[in-house]
Formats: sequence, structure tokens, C-alpha cells
Amino acid sequence: MRDLARKIRVSCRVNGRAAVLEAYPMARLLDVLREQLCLTGTKEGCGEGECGACSVEMDGALVNSCLVPVLQAEGTEILTIEGLAGKRLHPIQQAFLAYGGAQCGICTPGMILAVVNLLARHPKPTEAEIREGLAGNLCRCTGYTKIFESVLQACRESERGS
Amino acid sequence: MQRKEGRGKVTGAAQYIDDLTFPDMLHGITVRSPIARGRIRAIHFGDDIPWDEFTIVRAKDIPGKNCIALIIDDQPCLADQIVNHAEEPILLLAHPDKYLLEEARRAVQIDIEPLPAVFTMEDSLARNEIVWGRDNVFKSFLIEKGNVDNLWASADLVVEGEYETGAQEQLYIEPQGMIARASEAEGVTVWGSLQCPYYVHKALVQLFGFPKERIRVVQTETGGGFGGKEEYPSMLAAHASLLAWKSGKAVKMIYDRAEDMVATTKRHPSRTHHRTAVSRDGKILAMDIDYMIDGGAYETLSPVVLSRGTIHAAGPYSCPNVRVRSRAVATNAPPHGAFRGFGAPQSVFSLERHLDRVAEAAGLTPDELRRRNFLREGDTLAFGQIVYEKVDMQRLMGRAFEMTDYYAKRTRFENENAGSLIKKGIGFAAFLHGAGFTGSGEEYLASEAALEATPEGRVRVLAGSTEMGQGTKTIFTQIAAEALGIECDRIDIVQPDTADVPNSGPTVASRTAMIVGRLVESAGRALRETLLRSELLKPGYDSTAFLGACRLYIDRFGPLRSSVKYEHPRDLHWDDEKYQGDAYSAYAWAIYVAEVSVDMRTAEVHVDDFVAVQEVGKVINPVLAAGQIEGGVAQGIGLALYENVVWQQGRMLNGQMTNYIMPTSMDVPPIRVFFEEIPYGRGPAGAKGIGELPLDGTAPAIANAIAHATGADIRRIPVTPEVLLEMLEHVHA
Repeated sequence: MRDLARKIRVSCRVNGRAAVLEAYPMARLLDVLREQLCLTGTKEGCGEGECGACSVEMDGALVNSCLVPVLQAEGTEILTIEGLAGKRLHPIQQAFLAYGGAQCGICTPGMILAVVNLLARHPKPTEAEIREGLAGNLCRCTGYTKIFESVLQACRESERGS
Repeated sequence: MQRKEGRGKVTGAAQYIDDLTFPDMLHGITVRSPIARGRIRAIHFGDDIPWDEFTIVRAKDIPGKNCIALIIDDQPCLADQIVNHAEEPILLLAHPDKYLLEEARRAVQIDIEPLPAVFTMEDSLARNEIVWGRDNVFKSFLIEKGNVDNLWASADLVVEGEYETGAQEQLYIEPQGMIARASEAEGVTVWGSLQCPYYVHKALVQLFGFPKERIRVVQTETGGGFGGKEEYPSMLAAHASLLAWKSGKAVKMIYDRAEDMVATTKRHPSRTHHRTAVSRDGKILAMDIDYMIDGGAYETLSPVVLSRGTIHAAGPYSCPNVRVRSRAVATNAPPHGAFRGFGAPQSVFSLERHLDRVAEAAGLTPDELRRRNFLREGDTLAFGQIVYEKVDMQRLMGRAFEMTDYYAKRTRFENENAGSLIKKGIGFAAFLHGAGFTGSGEEYLASEAALEATPEGRVRVLAGSTEMGQGTKTIFTQIAAEALGIECDRIDIVQPDTADVPNSGPTVASRTAMIVGRLVESAGRALRETLLRSELLKPGYDSTAFLGACRLYIDRFGPLRSSVKYEHPRDLHWDDEKYQGDAYSAYAWAIYVAEVSVDMRTAEVHVDDFVAVQEVGKVINPVLAAGQIEGGVAQGIGLALYENVVWQQGRMLNGQMTNYIMPTSMDVPPIRVFFEEIPYGRGPAGAKGIGELPLDGTAPAIANAIAHATGADIRRIPVTPEVLLEMLEHVHA
């Protein structure tokens, strides 16, 4: 029963800043991020871990925050879309803008974090690796084509830059 | 130009409806019918719930008329005595705690005496049970050209076939959502994820019985619509407003995915019968088409969906004798509604699949049959419209075949498939898609748009057209900038809010760029003309000079605004009675080619390559235009292969993303998009409509490719492995 559960305190770092969250242990990380920290860039598309709109990075791993109870966040480092851009857009955000990777935008925060996570593992991904890396993030607008292109272009530009 | 509102979307700053919170806000929830048809006997409120903390709304609480105004007034906002479909809303609850609200919903028991229900189009037509009107038929149309009945006896060949398409869920990734505030003093305001602010406005005016100015509808950033947010948001806005009105507080209602899938609209299931007479030399002499769609329990948009499907049923072919009979029938499913393509994907699938079968029966290749029958400039469509566009289907087909290496692949696959467990196939579809409202629709809509210069030196575009990912804001910015002769970054698009923007008609029917964009263009030209005539602006100006002139003008003469209303071209005529005439002011023309492989052990189909060639007038923004086609093709792949709504007693059983499967990044092929650009004289900068087009041709191209690969006689989509396995058994037998 809900009223038997006690709220707990969870200490973690969100987008590089220390945060103390107060919530029921089984509260979804998604809700806590959105409601307590007002980080509404993380979206809910399905609530069952299928669509990936709620993707965030937790200790470097891409997770569906709708499936993560907040108690698991203790001591972790969390990155949401709000933590990605500094003064300038992150190169992936820039590429999504330039090459049409975002349409309605609702999958975009999760998709961009999935790309960032993929590139951390595969800095020069093949098209097959991109497809596999983004397979947990559904997009209903783009047919993924311009998302793949955004990723490939961002990689090309980073090679040129380095 | 990059997407106007793109920065907010890539940074997560864009505010969708669920991202907004109002002080002291309640959450709202809907209690729905568990069965498809019956009489409400009683409603029990279970124990252990502090009901006195809840706002509870029933039909009797509605201040005005208990219906959702759309075309006719047959759909109640809340079922009163009778329920006509599963998940029909009966009761609304609001409370500050959304978790308690969910428990409360489960604690409400609705006692319903079941009535016999109808679940199939066949049963609906059999009329053993009348579930709507006098005969279960929402609407029927008849198109007749020449006389088909004279030809059956004398034709060299007659080919018949029946084809079916299933329901399809729009599956926008942002579920439906709305926030409402209502009071005696302020009237009613709703904010929400929606395509058509003025549809919602019209529904709330009637629901509350208020004058128009007491209702305000504001669109928030909308996470996909695809038709699913055309008519349904009127229902959700009505519910949220009623709770807000009764509680005196702001009320937020956000559907979870399961509720969104089982309760809201889907693409109409269809069944089409074709009978086609062909001469020895491959000329189609007669087409007799019977097209039927399942409208569900209430009429909603079914007559107009039926209309578009009917008009597209005979395709881009020249045929002297055509009859299309069509009906939208009632069942006790939740009402089916708008979904990108709006009836055309269903009838186009049937025709293009059928024509491959006709070709085979006539001993011709699929392309040769089409080639001998393609419509040309100056030909007359089945409903009497003479095509004055420079249509050249052969050229489009040539380009599509060149891009896919069609002929070589067709031969190679046929040679290599024998004995292979993975069989490959290539298929195509030829089709047209009319842009804008059908028939006299645009005349009735009489849409408006306006441009306004501000004293700060910017130009604002005022239109009711919504951005839902397709690029309205970007396209309008480009069109306005071009018409005014200034830079895009000087233009602002006003967020659709019925208190600020005129009624530009709904954001549907591939009409935003072509119809409303044209109004924006005209308003821009008029505004520029006004400044030039005032001599505050001199020819050869730049953006700075232009905006300086605006400021001077406003100082001297007051507001600088240019408003334009749609005027129907005088040479276009449509007869609603006879259902004849110029159905659309312009058509997009296309050839889509799909290449598939079929694993004969698992009957899984994978689309390996896809080429979409289309003539859509002048392309305003190549990235956005290609994005529209690519996304539509992916939805078409879902329609063709994966997206299967499983029904049981009129309820969707698989209302989850786990078991209703849409294409992922692993499922889509490279989608290669090519545009032939022939400027369209009446479109802004020469553009025609584009949004719905890709849904029409994708599924039949894939189905034809599967048939080519396997020999299976595909008659129904989606072609799931289960369906295909059964068909393959017939091939082997």
C-alpha cells in the first residue's frame, strides 16, 4: 500500500550537480526528475520501457528512466538532455538541427542521449552499429533516415575537427 | 532553413502539455465502458476511497449539449444511458493526487446490461442488429463514368479480387493530453496537444453553450499527430474542461499509452472488391470498385474519410468506364478516425495490389500494364475532373526504375530465388494524392491567415495551422520571408491560440503548405505592396530598411496588418449532389518501389531498399520535404508488415507498444527520396501538398514485392509472419 511506504532520501548527481531526491523508493526516476527537479526534457512515451523517450544516462549506461525505481539512483551520476549543452549546443544536437533529425521533438531528447551513449562506445560507428544502438528509441516521424544522417554527419564533422 | 523551433526540441526546453503545471492543479481521469454495447444500470463507488475529495462529472453536469460537435451531433461527450463501444467515456474524476486517482478509477464499478453488438462490416451490412441510424450506414457514395455493365460479357479478360486492410494506430510518441481552466468570470481555456484548435473551439462552444469569445484554445508543442490529434482532442478538451468547470481548478489530463491506444481513434479498417475488364492489348476497359470502411460506433469523420478513399480508388489511370460504390458502416468499435492518408491508403493498396494480379492474368508485366493505362495531361478522372497538370507517370516510373535497377533486379531475383530459403522480390505502386480538402471543402472552410508588422521591427505570421513535427513554422517562415523580401530570422510564428490567430482551417489533408501557405504568401505580398505604395519603402530594400519602414508606417498610420481569406479558384467546380467535378485543386503523383527479402522458414519479411519518386510541385525545404516522405514510408512499412490491431469483442487487446509493433531503426531500409519539381501555379512558391502522400503507395509496393518474391497472393495487410505462412502453404500446395 502506498501509505505504508515511507519516502526515502536519495543522493546522486544530476547533470554534474549534487541532488538530494525525496521520494517513495519505487517512484520512477522519470517522475522524480520531471516533478522534483523540473527536468521535463525527459519524456514519457509509453511507461513500459519500449519507446525510449525517457532515456537518460546513469553512470554512463543508457536506461529507460520509466523503469528505474529512484532508490537505484543512490550514488549515481545521471545525465539528462538538459545537461548536454554548455554555452553552445552539443555537436549531436547541432547535427540533429542541421540534418533534420528532429521533427515533432518528443523522442529527440532520448534519441540524442542514445546517440551520445552510442558514440561513447563506438566513436566511428558503422550504419549497422547506429541502427542497433538506436533500436530502443522509437521515432514515429522521421523513419530514422535523417537521424542516421545526423549521426554520420556529426561523426564526419568531429573527424574533420580533430 | 533549419527547423524554426528546432533548438527547443534538441535541448529538451520545448514545453509539451505534460511539461506544464498550474498552481493548485488537479489531475483528471476517465472511467470508461468495459463492454461494447449496453444500457447503463448503475454506477457503484467502491469503499476505501475518500470520494468527498474528488470532483466527479457525469453527463448531467454538462452545461450545454452532451455531444462532441464535428459533422453531425451523434457522439456524446459522456455516455448517459447507452454505451455504443468499449472504452466509451462515462464518468470523469479529478483529484490532486494522480496515484490515488488511478485507485479511484479502479474502484468505480459500472453495471451495464449488455445489448447485442456488431463487430464486423459484414454483420453491420446484414442489419440483424441496427446499431446506428436506420441502416448502420454512415455514408455512401457512387461515382459513375461511362457504363461498366456493358463490358463484362465482351471483354477479353475479367479479373476480380477482394482486398482488406486493418486498423492502424497513429502512435504519436506523445500521448494525448490537455489542461483546462474554467470559471464563470473567465470562460473556458484549454491548452493541449492538438492539430486543429478551431475544431476544439467549436466543440467546447456547443458543450458549454457559451458565446465563441468565452472559449479559448491554445496549442502547446505537439509530439506528433498524424491525424490522431485531429478530432480526438475535442473529446479530451471537453472532459478536462468539465472537470475544471465543476472543480473551479485547473485540471490536467494526460492519457497513458494503454488508454491512448485502446480508447482513441485509428485508421479505418477497409474491404475493397475490384472487378476489372481488360482488352487483349492490355487496355483497362472497365473498373467496378466496391469500397467499404468500418467507421466504428459514431460517425465522427467517416464520411470525409470515405470520400477521399472513394476518389482515390481508381488511381492515376485513364479508363473510359468506372464505377466506384462506397460505404462507411457502423460497428461497436471505438470510432475510427483520421490517420494520414485518410481513406486513400486503403483504396490505393487495393487497387495497386489488384493491378499486379490483372497484369499477371493478362500476361503482361506489372509495369507494362500500368504503362498502357496511365493517365495523361488532358485525361478525365473517374469523377469528371480533367487533369490539366503536366502529369507524366511514365517519366516518374522510369526514374524510379533507374534508381532501383528494377528490371535487372526483377530478373536476377527470379533466377536466384529457386531453391533459396531467402527469397527476394521487387514491387512498386503508382498513385496520386489530392492536396487540400476534398470537393467543395476548401470553399466551405474559407480559411484565413494574416501577417502583422510590430513596432519592434519584426513580422508575425498569424495562422491557426499547427506545428506537430511536419514543419509548419519553418515553411510559413520561408514563405513569408520570400513574399516580403526579407530574411527568415525577422519572422515570428505566433503560437496557435484562438484568442490571437484567425481560423486557417484544420491542420490536415496535406493542406498547410499549399492552401494556408498560399494565404501567408498573399498576405506577405499585400503587406509589402502597402509599404511600397506608402513610399516609406523603396524598391531594392534590405531587411533592415523593410523593418524600418514598418516602424515608420505604424507610427504614422497605426497597425500594419494584412489579412487574407481563401478564394476558391473560379475554374474549379465541384457538385456535392452528383459527387462530380474538380475534387482537388492539385495532385501529387508518385511511383514507389520496394525491395524485400522473405525468410521462407519464419515468413518474416524485411524491406531491403525503398525508392520514393514523386512530383509535388516546387519543394520549399528539401530537408523537411524528404523528412515527410521518409517518415510516411516508415509508417507505411508498419501498415504493410507489423501494425496489427488485435480485436476481441470490439476492444483492442494489444494496446501496448510491447505487442503492437511499429518499425524500429532495425526495420527500416535506406529510404531514398527523389522529387520531380514542376512548379504549381497556385501553390506558394510553386508547392503542392505532400504530407499524406507517402502513406498511399508504400504498403502496396511492399505487398507486390512480397508477391513477386514468394508467389503468395497477398490480399490483406498487415502481412505478419502468421498471415504469410498460411499464404505460403497455398503456394506450395
